[in-house]
Amino acid sequence: MDLKNIASLSLFYPEIILTGTILLIVVADLLLRGGRRGLALIAVIGCIGALLATFDLYGAQPGLLFHRMIVLDRFSLFFKVIALTATILTIWMSLGSDEIKQVHQGEFYTLLLACALGMFFMASSSNLLMAYLSLELVSLTSYVLTGFLPHNRRSSEAALKYLIYGGVASGTMIYGMSWIFGMAGSLDYAAIQAALAQNGINKAALFMAFIFIMAGFGYKIVFVPFHMWSPDVYQGAPTPFTAFLSVASNAAGIAIMIRFFFPGVSRVLPGGDWSFVAGVEWPHVLLFVSMITMTVGNLCALNQKNLKRMLAYSGIAHAGYMLMGLAVLTNDGLSAILFYVVVYLIMNLGAFLVVAMVANVTGGEDIEHYRGLAWRGASVPAICLAVFLFSLTGLPPFAGFVGKFFLFSAVLKQGGAFAVLAVVAAINSVISLYYYAKIVKTMFLDMPYPENKRVAVAVNNFTLLIPLTVLTVVLGVYFAPLAQYTNQSLFFFVK
Amino acid sequence: MENVLTYMTFIPLAGAVVVLMLPNNPKLIRWVSAAATVPPLLMAVWLFNHFDRTQAGFQFVEKYQWLPAYNISYYLGIDGLSISMVILTALLSFICIFASFGIEKAVKGYFALFLMLDAGMMGVFCALDFFLFYVFWEVMLLPMYFLIGIWGGPRREYAAIKFFLYTLFGSVLMLLAILALYFASEPHTFDMTVLMAQADKYGTKALPIWPFAQWGWGFQHVIWMALFIGFAIKIPAFPFHTWLPDAHVEAPTAISVILAGVLLKMGTYGILRTNFPMLPAATADLAYWFLGALGAWNIIYGALCAMAQKDLKKLVAYSSVSHMGYVMLGMASFTTQGINGAVLQMFNHGTITGMLFLLVGVIYDRAHHREIDGFGGLAAIMPVYTGITALAFFASMGLPGLSGFISEILVLLGVWQRYPVLTILGASGVILTAGYLLWTIQRVYLGPPNEKYLKMPDINGREIFTLVPLGVIVIIVGVYPSVVLDLLRASLDHINQIVLPHLHS
Repeated sequence: MDLKNIASLSLFYPEIILTGTILLIVVADLLLRGGRRGLALIAVIGCIGALLATFDLYGAQPGLLFHRMIVLDRFSLFFKVIALTATILTIWMSLGSDEIKQVHQGEFYTLLLACALGMFFMASSSNLLMAYLSLELVSLTSYVLTGFLPHNRRSSEAALKYLIYGGVASGTMIYGMSWIFGMAGSLDYAAIQAALAQNGINKAALFMAFIFIMAGFGYKIVFVPFHMWSPDVYQGAPTPFTAFLSVASNAAGIAIMIRFFFPGVSRVLPGGDWSFVAGVEWPHVLLFVSMITMTVGNLCALNQKNLKRMLAYSGIAHAGYMLMGLAVLTNDGLSAILFYVVVYLIMNLGAFLVVAMVANVTGGEDIEHYRGLAWRGASVPAICLAVFLFSLTGLPPFAGFVGKFFLFSAVLKQGGAFAVLAVVAAINSVISLYYYAKIVKTMFLDMPYPENKRVAVAVNNFTLLIPLTVLTVVLGVYFAPLAQYTNQSLFFFVK
Repeated sequence: MENVLTYMTFIPLAGAVVVLMLPNNPKLIRWVSAAATVPPLLMAVWLFNHFDRTQAGFQFVEKYQWLPAYNISYYLGIDGLSISMVILTALLSFICIFASFGIEKAVKGYFALFLMLDAGMMGVFCALDFFLFYVFWEVMLLPMYFLIGIWGGPRREYAAIKFFLYTLFGSVLMLLAILALYFASEPHTFDMTVLMAQADKYGTKALPIWPFAQWGWGFQHVIWMALFIGFAIKIPAFPFHTWLPDAHVEAPTAISVILAGVLLKMGTYGILRTNFPMLPAATADLAYWFLGALGAWNIIYGALCAMAQKDLKKLVAYSSVSHMGYVMLGMASFTTQGINGAVLQMFNHGTITGMLFLLVGVIYDRAHHREIDGFGGLAAIMPVYTGITALAFFASMGLPGLSGFISEILVLLGVWQRYPVLTILGASGVILTAGYLLWTIQRVYLGPPNEKYLKMPDINGREIFTLVPLGVIVIIVGVYPSVVLDLLRASLDHINQIVLPHLHS
């Protein structure tokens, strides 16, 4: 199915609902001055509407929309669900955050939803131009949201750093895209694949082009060496947005990368494995990048004093784990990544939620602020954070273990050199335990100093915290339905 | 009784949930927790009575699909090897709850975590699906970390994280090995019984990669090693033992008992459950050095270290290292006596060391230190306590008539038939053991009474209640070892028969 502009609109209503909500918030912001909850309510209702619409589209015929610019298939729908879920949870989280109270609510929700819209396009673009534009939409809104705290030097500095890194990365990426265009004569993924399948393509040039494009994707997924911005941005940005960035932006980056490198330029073989253009060994590059990313992330996280910064480095490490699934070039690997994306969304958002809750009361995110948290009247958030952190480590019976289990098994199934990758990843899990457990130690094993005040956490945050914790445990034990869903989401529409 | 193993595993877990919901009343929490460990104990007695001792295979089997796409199932069952450990776990959990009644700090958290630990331990010994096994194996780590880290001694944070990191390192290697076995089996499965049945399929031809090519190691050897390191850390075998003295010294008494009584056994249990029947060829090739020689070294090294200790608890901890060496040595002999002796030693060590740690706890609660040289003449001050201690010490030493003797003599008899040199080394450990234990008795209990402790009260009723069951078992097994050996024999012979054809000499 290959639809023209007007005909495409009938399969485009989640995006239309989202756009409508954005405009509605702008108007409502003018009318309801200071109506913080009202705006959030509009945003949440809009997102839920879009979410329902997205689920509705599971029944529709997959196809290409808008002159082959956008593809509608189960893979893109999966990432749309992820983006919307992350947005809804972020809005919910922002309601309980003191940081967001100080800023203009209307703009915050508008930009957040615009960012989600960009992620919709990232997941579904089937044209390099569309891919670039969607990536830029997400980036631009993210820059603004990072620097959203007024009169906060860290926030402004983070935004500037993010902007500069983002500019360089996307410039590099579009340069690589121009090489592809030069070689294939088209920006359309299907046309590129057809062109690359013919002989006479310069392998070295194609390889370089892929590397350049990876720079753009890598900066979104946060893998080494495009990771330098993330600790500063994570630390400086308002916590709810950091949470959003860490899960949704990462997921969208994964989506766009899978879309380009798998159905875009590779071909699927009958057994569920993928074959790349002969002579252009980008998976081998990913193999090394994956190892280096997880190791750098984990080693740098070891000595962090600030929890948000530590979680930034842990995010880098997790990006490295997810890349393993890309490097093996199998459907098992991709399915494991999708599973991990869901699990990571739940546990990382949960961790940031506790960070926001504690920061509201203690006024800081340093690890020292967590000293004896469990003994200072905040035992429930402390237990929840411990669950999230152990889940991030990959310990059963938590969801993070199952995610890692699927990734490891996808890697080990390939055997050979990938066994080394699996061993590196396993050792990295042990390293990561040290810094995650350090937080747990600070909360439970260290007794509070006399000057540490009691922590009275706002109970309304529990409405989000408890479900996320329960989900982390439940998905660690009863994961069959989710595994089935991610397996089914691995359907790409091409041609 | 259907699903008895599920009940044994999950009743403590349900107890943990109940405890978390109770009001903050320490007394109530203690008794509810104690109640939660009673059903598993009764069921263990029931199992003991209904277990078919002639059958080598798995009994009381339960199997349900969990994740069919990956062939992961919820699969429980016990054979002669596991039933001894299940009984030990049920008994020690029950006793340790009572030994924990003195805990004052965050009572609710302590007992909830303890019950979770109980559930995890029981699950490890019952699981017949490798995935399930791994989940239970890891589930134990978290409660243990907190139990040592929150309720432990002065250096508890260091000890807790050290324990955690060591064990996790071993278990991620184990996870990789499990996955490799999964992909090597056809159809892919985590079912341990199927993996055992396919034991001959896993390649033994040397891998063409450095350094395995030089060593002549095939796929099976590499997997064996990965599993072995995971288990050796738990045993703990030299050089992975250094977490143990720290963890033991810092842990509260009851947790030390569980640690020595149950957790250490998981290492040797895992080797017998997985390495032996699933990787028999590699077991035959590697057992001499990695189980036999290392075991003998463990015996001597542990005993020498114990001899040098000034802290009573550390002495008992190192004596565990030494005694677990007999288990490894016995396993490596591949003889009926050796392997039966090894598993009997696992059981006996659980009861004897449990007693020793409880006894150390008694004295620590009164004197608030454990310096061996800081006491003296306790026999005159605490006669009952000294009597029970003497029983435990003599059992640990291997005095005839007590349980330790039977298992050690069986091990040495078995090993003599295959490795005479190792037997001599192992037997010399008996002398060293007698040396450090008698020397300790002399320093702590004999001689003129220390004036500081003249007023020290003798052992109380609750403490006697925790010690007597173990003491009775030590004597019964010492006089009539068939109580336990009958349970083991059929299954262990079966496991041994799988490996024997692969032995070269």
